[in-house]
Amino acid sequence: MKKGDTNSNSYILIYASVIVVVVAFLLAFTNIVLRPRQNRNIELDTKRQILAALNITDVKDVEAVYNRYVKLDMLLQLDGTLVVNSGGFSSNYTTEFSKKRFHIFQCDVNGQTKYVFPLNGVGLWGPIWGYVALNDDRNTVYGAYFSHQSETPGLGAEIASPQFQSEFKRLKVMKDGKVGLSVVKYGKVVDKKYEVDGISGGTITSKGVDAMLKKCLSNYIVFFTNQ
Amino acid sequence: MSELFSKKNKDTFSIPLGKNNPITVQVLGICSALAVTAKLAPAIVMGLSVMVIVAFANVIISLMRDTIPTRIRIIVQLVVVATLVTIVSEVLKAFAYDVSVQLSVYVGLIITNCILMGRLEAFAMSNGPWESFWDGLGNGLGYAKILIIVAFVRELFGSGTLLGYNILNYECIKSTGYLNNGLMLMPPMALIIIACIVWYQRSRDKELQENS
Repeated sequence: MKKGDTNSNSYILIYASVIVVVVAFLLAFTNIVLRPRQNRNIELDTKRQILAALNITDVKDVEAVYNRYVKLDMLLQLDGTLVVNSGGFSSNYTTEFSKKRFHIFQCDVNGQTKYVFPLNGVGLWGPIWGYVALNDDRNTVYGAYFSHQSETPGLGAEIASPQFQSEFKRLKVMKDGKVGLSVVKYGKVVDKKYEVDGISGGTITSKGVDAMLKKCLSNYIVFFTNQ
Repeated sequence: MSELFSKKNKDTFSIPLGKNNPITVQVLGICSALAVTAKLAPAIVMGLSVMVIVAFANVIISLMRDTIPTRIRIIVQLVVVATLVTIVSEVLKAFAYDVSVQLSVYVGLIITNCILMGRLEAFAMSNGPWESFWDGLGNGLGYAKILIIVAFVRELFGSGTLLGYNILNYECIKSTGYLNNGLMLMPPMALIIIACIVWYQRSRDKELQENS
C-alpha cells in the first residue's frame, strides 16, 4: 500500500468500522464464553462471604461447607411472613429488594440456629456490602463480614479486616425499637453494647458501614421483634 | 536469535528501569502510583498487570502500525488498550476471581494509565513488534519497581506489616514508644516518597540534572 493511502477519508471510515466490529466480536465472544465460569465464581464467593459472617473462614470446598451449615434461604415479606426462596442465587438481593422482599439465610452451626442478613451500601469510592449473623435470640450479633469494591487500602478498606469485623461480636442490634447497632467515630464509643469504633482515617467508609447497618437491618425489624 | 537479544533490545528493556523510568523521569502514571501503594500486595499485582498489558498493547500496535491512519491513531490505540484490558479483566474474573476482587477497579483504570498511551505513541508506532515488546516490558517493570518501593515504605511504616504479615506491631517495639505513622497511608505520602526517589536518582545521575 502506498503511503498516504491510509489518510483518505474512505480508508479511515472503513478502518474504523472494521476495528469496531472486530473488537465488538472479540469482547462479546470473551464475555459469552467466560460468563458461566464468572457466575459460578460469584456464587461461590457469595457463599464464602455468608460463611465468613458465621465465622467460618479459610474454607476449601465452599459448596460442601455451605450446604452443611446453611439450611434455608428465605425471603421476609413486608407483613412479616417468610417464604422459601425458590430462585436460588439467581434471584439477587436488589431484585428481591425492589419487590420488598428481604433475604434471610437460616443456618445451623453446631446445633444452634443462626440467621444471616445481607447488607449493601455505599462507602467513599464505591459500593460496600456485607453480612451480619445473629444468634437465635434474633438480637445478638454472632459474626459480621464486610467487603468493599474500591475503598482506600489501609484506611477505609480496613472494614474488610478481621480485627474490625470481630468487634461486632456479641453486640446487640435492637435498641428502643430501632436498630441500635452502629459504627461511631474512632474513640467515641459511648455504649459498648451497641457501638463499634470506626476506622481512624476511614471516617466516610465507617459512616457508610453505619448507614448500611441501619438501612438494611431496619428492613428486618418485624423479624427481630416478632419471635 | 542473537539478533533478537541484541544490545539495542537490551537497552530498550533496561533504560526505562533507570535512566528513563516512566514514573521518576517521565513523570507518568503518578495517579495510580498514589492509589494502589498503601499496601504492598495490590502494588505488586498492579505492577505485573501493567507490565503485561503494556508489552502486549505495544506488540499489537506495532504490528498494526503501517495500517493505522495517522488522523485516528490515538483512538485506535485507545481501542486496542481498552479491549486488552477488558479481556484481561474478564479472564481474571473467570480464572483468578480472588485477584480480580482485590484489584477491583484498578484493572479498568489501567486503560487511563498514561504510560500505556505514552509508549504506544512514542515507541510502538515507529518500531517493530519485538523491540516494542521489550520496550513495554521494560517500562512496565520500571513502573512496577517504583510502585513496589513506595508500597514497601508505606505499608511498613504506615501499618507495620508487609504483605499483610506483622513486622512492627509487637509489644517490645511498641513499648519503646514507636507508633505506626498514619500519614504514610495518606496519598500525599506517596508523592513525597516518589519525590525522594527522584531526588536520589537525580543526585546520582548527572545526565538527569537540568542546567537552570
